[in-house]
Amino acid sequence: MTPIVEVTNLSKTYKDGFTALRGVDLTIAEGEILALLGPNGAGKTTLISALCGITTPTGGHARIGGHDVITDYRAARRLVGLVPQEVALEPFEKVINTVRFSRGLFGKGRDEALIERILRQLSLWDKRDARIRELSGGMKRRVLIAKALCHEPRVLFLDEPTAGVDVELRRDMWEVVRGLKASGVTIILTTHYIEEAEAIADRVAVINKGEILLVENKADLMRRMGRKTLRIDLATPVAEVPAALATYDLERIEEGAALLYHYDTRGEGTGITRLLQALAREGLSLRDIETRQSSLEEIFVGLVQEDAA
Amino acid sequence: MNLHAIAAIYVYEMKRFFRTIFESLLSPVISTTLYFVVFGAAIGGRIEEVEGVSYGAFIVPGLIMLSVMTQAISNASFGIYFPKFIGTIYELLSAPINFFEIVIGYVGAAATKSLLIGGVILLTAGFFVDLEIRHPAMMLAFLVMICVSFALFGFIIGIWSENFQQLQLIPLLVITPLVFLGGAFYSVSMLPPAWQVVTLFNPVVYLISGFRWSFFGVADVAVSWSLLAIAVFFALCLAVVWWIFRTGYRIKA
Ligand SMILES: Nc1ncnc2c1ncn2[C@@H]1O[C@H](COP(=O)(O)OP(=O)(O)O)[C@@H](O)[C@H]1O
Ligand SMILES: [Mg+2]
Repeated sequence: MTPIVEVTNLSKTYKDGFTALRGVDLTIAEGEILALLGPNGAGKTTLISALCGITTPTGGHARIGGHDVITDYRAARRLVGLVPQEVALEPFEKVINTVRFSRGLFGKGRDEALIERILRQLSLWDKRDARIRELSGGMKRRVLIAKALCHEPRVLFLDEPTAGVDVELRRDMWEVVRGLKASGVTIILTTHYIEEAEAIADRVAVINKGEILLVENKADLMRRMGRKTLRIDLATPVAEVPAALATYDLERIEEGAALLYHYDTRGEGTGITRLLQALAREGLSLRDIETRQSSLEEIFVGLVQEDAA
Repeated sequence: MNLHAIAAIYVYEMKRFFRTIFESLLSPVISTTLYFVVFGAAIGGRIEEVEGVSYGAFIVPGLIMLSVMTQAISNASFGIYFPKFIGTIYELLSAPINFFEIVIGYVGAAATKSLLIGGVILLTAGFFVDLEIRHPAMMLAFLVMICVSFALFGFIIGIWSENFQQLQLIPLLVITPLVFLGGAFYSVSMLPPAWQVVTLFNPVVYLISGFRWSFFGVADVAVSWSLLAIAVFFALCLAVVWWIFRTGYRIKA
């Protein structure tokens, strides 16, 4: 993998003494979608801000496209588009003017054809002459994205792009993000919605209290960390779990009509065969069995709790 | 040097100005007219001449200074305060530009606006009094230097301000009194001797005096002092801007 963003031991202590980032290490590959997943206050915005020049890190280094974000900030920032968490736009400005302004600010000459393409892609072309204050919340977010894209960045930071956005719009946004990935842009998006990470990320980095807890391929993460549950529906309910099955740590639910067996897909063997044999020996007849993979959400909650402990 | 960025900021700011060009120019024209009515006609009727210049003409440079200084400050301070206030400053901070390019864009636009306003006031004044400008090149040079340095000062105020009250505070409490007491409407020599000395501590006296000299060839203080005063003021503002740049004062968390 070709790294496009390399973060080494990055830390940030704000002036009030609060440490929002504690030695973050993170490498992001060109062309991927990385979801930075963490609860509110985890340091997601601070990390993005430190990479984009909004705030100055107090320790460590970061490079974008091989350029240090401090010493070689011009080259680094030219590659970066930033969509901030808060919608910040001049209310009386026209959509197209604010987009043109962004392009100029990033050192690019006029390119009306490109701006038209981006505005069309984001379904904003019809609104190009509208004033920002006339737009809906979702459209304002799109304008922010258009501003970030109009200077042709190779890396796009989306800070909670779907926070406070309705479900339909969220799906729209995901489509936009997938489209951008298809055009070769590397995307880092922060979110505290697990489903969002699950839906569009290639990799997931979990951050909490300024520390990256893990970075993992989404699929691998779910496989590796994913505990599975085997649900066994019994033909006849049992009053208690038979003593012979004590080693399996079964959970009796629905008044003994079903048993739950938790196992780890990581393990050498899952123990399912032995369990089923043992059930047969006990003379329990099975009506149905079902397995379920735990969602990213459960993994995430597990990690954050582990971290708190 | 990111010239595209400077141009983008400059053009954006100038567009804001031209969007409200009527209001922008109308208010200085009206206030100038009022000053002429009050000072020129009412008071000027009693004061024949000041240092060989008719009172109506005598107050023109001061009037221009008053407007230009306040406009340069308010335009530049608002120009940079507004992005801070509504949050769009994130874009300036994340762009491949340095602080001086930002300064050139905003201060350049604010200076241009106040220069235009100064020109309009000069034209308006031309309807009321006969004006003959002795040293046109020096007049323009003074005007440009004052526009630029006060826009720079305004930019600093805009960075420093955390709310709209603070934004108004310095122009209201410092600049306006200094300009009024700086000989905008009278010659320093008209004051009692003790006050003449006090007045010399008012930096604006030097600016107005130099500017007036470029019109009429008469000055309260030597022209070289006036030039020095502008240079020092400009250098001070630059130094503060440099310090803001080094420390990220009130722009970066
Ligand atoms: N300017 C600041 N000064 C002091 N503390 C801050 C500042 N900005 C953020 N923080 C603190 O840093 C922590 C991380 O904030 P943030 O990066 O915004 O989290 P997230 O984006 O993950 O919700 C929070 O506890 C927040 O209160
Ligand atoms: Mg955040």
